[in-house]
Amino acid sequence: MAKMNLKVNHKTYTVDVDPATPLLWVLRDHLHLVGTKFGCAVGACGACTIHLNGNAMKSCQLPVSAAAAQEITTIEGLSEHGDHPVQKAWLDIDVAQCGYCQTGQIMAAAALLKQKPNPTDADIDNYMSGNICRCGTYIRIREAIKTAAKTSKK
Amino acid sequence: MEKQTSRRSFLKVSSISGGGMLLGFSWLASLKPSEVMGAAGTAPEWVELTGFIKIMADNQIKILSPNPEFGQNVMTSLPMLIAEELEVDWKKIQVEMGDYDTPRFKSQFTGGSQSIRSAWMPLRKAGATARMMLLQAAANLWHLPVAELTASNGSVMHKATNKTITYGQLAEAAAKLPVPANPVLKKASELNLVGQSQKNVEGAKIVAGKSLFTMDYQVDGMLVAMAIRPPAFGMQLKSYDATEAKKMPGIKDVFDIEVYKKGYERAGFDTRTFNHLIVVVGNSTWEVLNARKKVVAQWESIVETKETVNNFGRKKEETIPAGLESSDKHMQQMLALQGQKAKVLRKDGDPEAAFAAAKKVIEKTYSAPFLPHNTMEPISCFAHITDEKAFFVAPIQIPDMMKQNIVANLDVPADKIEMKLARMGGGFGRRAYGHYIIEAGLISKKMKAPVKLIYTREDDMTNGVYRPAYIVTYKAALDANNNITAIHIKGGGIPEHAVHENRFPAGAFDNYLAEGWELPSNITIGAFRAPRSNFIASAEQSFLDELAQTIGKDPIDFRIELLKKAKASPVGKNNDYNADRYIGVLELLKEKSKWTATPKGKHRGVAAYFCHNSYVAHVVDVSMKNGLPQIDNVVSVLDCGIVVNPDAAKNMVEGAVIDGIGNCLFGGLKFDKGVVLQQNLNQYRMIRMREAPKKIDVHFVQNSIDPTGLGEPPFPPIFAALANAMYKATGKRFYHQPFINELNKKA
Repeated sequence: MAKMNLKVNHKTYTVDVDPATPLLWVLRDHLHLVGTKFGCAVGACGACTIHLNGNAMKSCQLPVSAAAAQEITTIEGLSEHGDHPVQKAWLDIDVAQCGYCQTGQIMAAAALLKQKPNPTDADIDNYMSGNICRCGTYIRIREAIKTAAKTSKK
Repeated sequence: MEKQTSRRSFLKVSSISGGGMLLGFSWLASLKPSEVMGAAGTAPEWVELTGFIKIMADNQIKILSPNPEFGQNVMTSLPMLIAEELEVDWKKIQVEMGDYDTPRFKSQFTGGSQSIRSAWMPLRKAGATARMMLLQAAANLWHLPVAELTASNGSVMHKATNKTITYGQLAEAAAKLPVPANPVLKKASELNLVGQSQKNVEGAKIVAGKSLFTMDYQVDGMLVAMAIRPPAFGMQLKSYDATEAKKMPGIKDVFDIEVYKKGYERAGFDTRTFNHLIVVVGNSTWEVLNARKKVVAQWESIVETKETVNNFGRKKEETIPAGLESSDKHMQQMLALQGQKAKVLRKDGDPEAAFAAAKKVIEKTYSAPFLPHNTMEPISCFAHITDEKAFFVAPIQIPDMMKQNIVANLDVPADKIEMKLARMGGGFGRRAYGHYIIEAGLISKKMKAPVKLIYTREDDMTNGVYRPAYIVTYKAALDANNNITAIHIKGGGIPEHAVHENRFPAGAFDNYLAEGWELPSNITIGAFRAPRSNFIASAEQSFLDELAQTIGKDPIDFRIELLKKAKASPVGKNNDYNADRYIGVLELLKEKSKWTATPKGKHRGVAAYFCHNSYVAHVVDVSMKNGLPQIDNVVSVLDCGIVVNPDAAKNMVEGAVIDGIGNCLFGGLKFDKGVVLQQNLNQYRMIRMREAPKKIDVHFVQNSIDPTGLGEPPFPPIFAALANAMYKATGKRFYHQPFINELNKKA
């Protein structure tokens, strides 16, 4: 066990956990930030996507010790009122079916748009192919990302 | 009607025709909203009208959604049915997920594409009942004939005198009135909410990452539990040593449980499961994961057993064979059994004579492997069993089916069961089988604490209730003029076959034979989106395509011709389809896809199917890129009667199309000596965005037929539509799923 400070959504938390604990479980079990989802724990599905210093990262693959003192953003901190352009676009297009993967999809999409404000279809397909949606909402995710890209420019 | 929990004994119970609803009362302040997830419980000010509607004096109106939600959006579309008849402004309605309380809601069944179909009348009647009671309350108050009053936008009006009163002001009085025996429903032409797209009522919570799912549920003092199951089907626990595991940090206990008691007679949705498990319980997920690795277990082979299963009153003996099964061996066994005698399911005319006289016989064999559901949210369940009650937060498609299982295996009286029906991170059939509710309950009972049982993805994939493995051979006899004189379908599977002997093309051929056989297995199976249909449609519709090509006919015209014949002079009895509606989707598909004008450089395939009371046809356009089909466009046409929430319905169709493409291209769970070979998503290929179609164009046949199924029907026919398009693109027919294997063979 080790005490360490985590900066999550601009707040500092002190946790006392095994330093090898994947950040995913610290967020969910210890900080009760359950918007970051558990899907596979092997970095294959993207449900646990967060931002580490602004970059999309699969939190199941990141030991908490490696995240200490870094800027961590989870879905709960993406926007104050759930009104980030990507979240708004998701509602506009009514993307979700079961909704379980969508927070990870949204975090990935927000990171993509930060890197590439005007992504092509191929950019979107490649970047988003790390995130599985079992319900098959891919077409709406693509459309929502394009919508968010447009509204972000305004 | 039985009592479900003590708090519900406050209700004045009254059963009325059709809806079977509970009558109004004022909710008592003594109710404590203990361990309520999401919504903040029921405040005392709510007045209840029917079991579904709650109204506050300030005219806040809440509608309870009865059916478990796993992404089909019934939490929006079912309350819409009530709101339609209630005459309220949908934008002002609060929707709340109902708890497990089937006597109140009559039906809480998510499965078989039945939600909208079976709720269509009862929920509308619930809304109409409440509307009529509110109107009557206003009539009594104003001493006016009820016929002079109108209800709209959450208020009652008397136009002649310009009087208005809100439902909120009327609710208390309305709740005391007798329930009308025959609620008057709006005419089809008067429906103004049904048919108008409404957004997912939980959309904002989903995109903000709010706690909605069982996996997210937490309470103070909650423990985390995981199980250790046999490493292979055909094995069981012999002994174990948990000494080291118990010493690990954060671990509370390690013990073993028997899920179902000896002699427990399983019912319809009580899947067989690994029954003897080692359980590790601790403070956090990571600690339990680590401790689980320290348990040393010995396993042994099972012996063959026979169990009696009560399948909705029909008792059936099930054989569970011993042995360690492998996929390669399964294929050899299935091919061998195809050459042996099978059970005749239906026979019309004299197929043997027709085949003997045939000038040409076309015979093709199709197969498909076991499939895991791989819901995005792995299986989990929260349980807190105390002397007072058995409380669960559970992802379960048919909660009432778990009642007798909970009573028998957890020794809990039925009236002490309380269950929150959490939003499910996908279902697809997997969560019809709630063995995990019993597992969580047993662990909570032993620990005397609130417990969340978690399956890792590996646990989920290796302890599945998989789609069975199937095989089928289609045979057609042709005469000298290329007329089809007989059809023979012979199918089998492990452990069930997928032949629907009365479905199309039965009825269209004078000589017809359908046969099936089944091979028992110790691998657990269950419903998977459009059970059996999802395989048999892929085979049937590929075969019809090949048949049309052989006799030189357009594949759509060929199907329409057969359907017209089946309508004009149906052969045999019990033909299970409506030829006109079937033709209807094909005709509309021709128009919407511009069927005869295949875009340049693209290759086109078509398929259609009828299941779960709805008709679907797809056209798929592909072009081959790097050895894989790039799906440029899909046009889907559906006849599922009236569509309640069109945009959400389109979303579901898009999802079914993508799900089907993914499963037929990549899906297939392999076994080697009983061991599941792909145990996580880095070893099991699922469709990702880059493989998804570029575009899906969805059209509904416009009619005024009461709604039928939608979650399942678009799934089965997409497999063959893709296979038929890939044939056009590659010159190769695809008989064995997953098609990626066949594509790789070519390369």
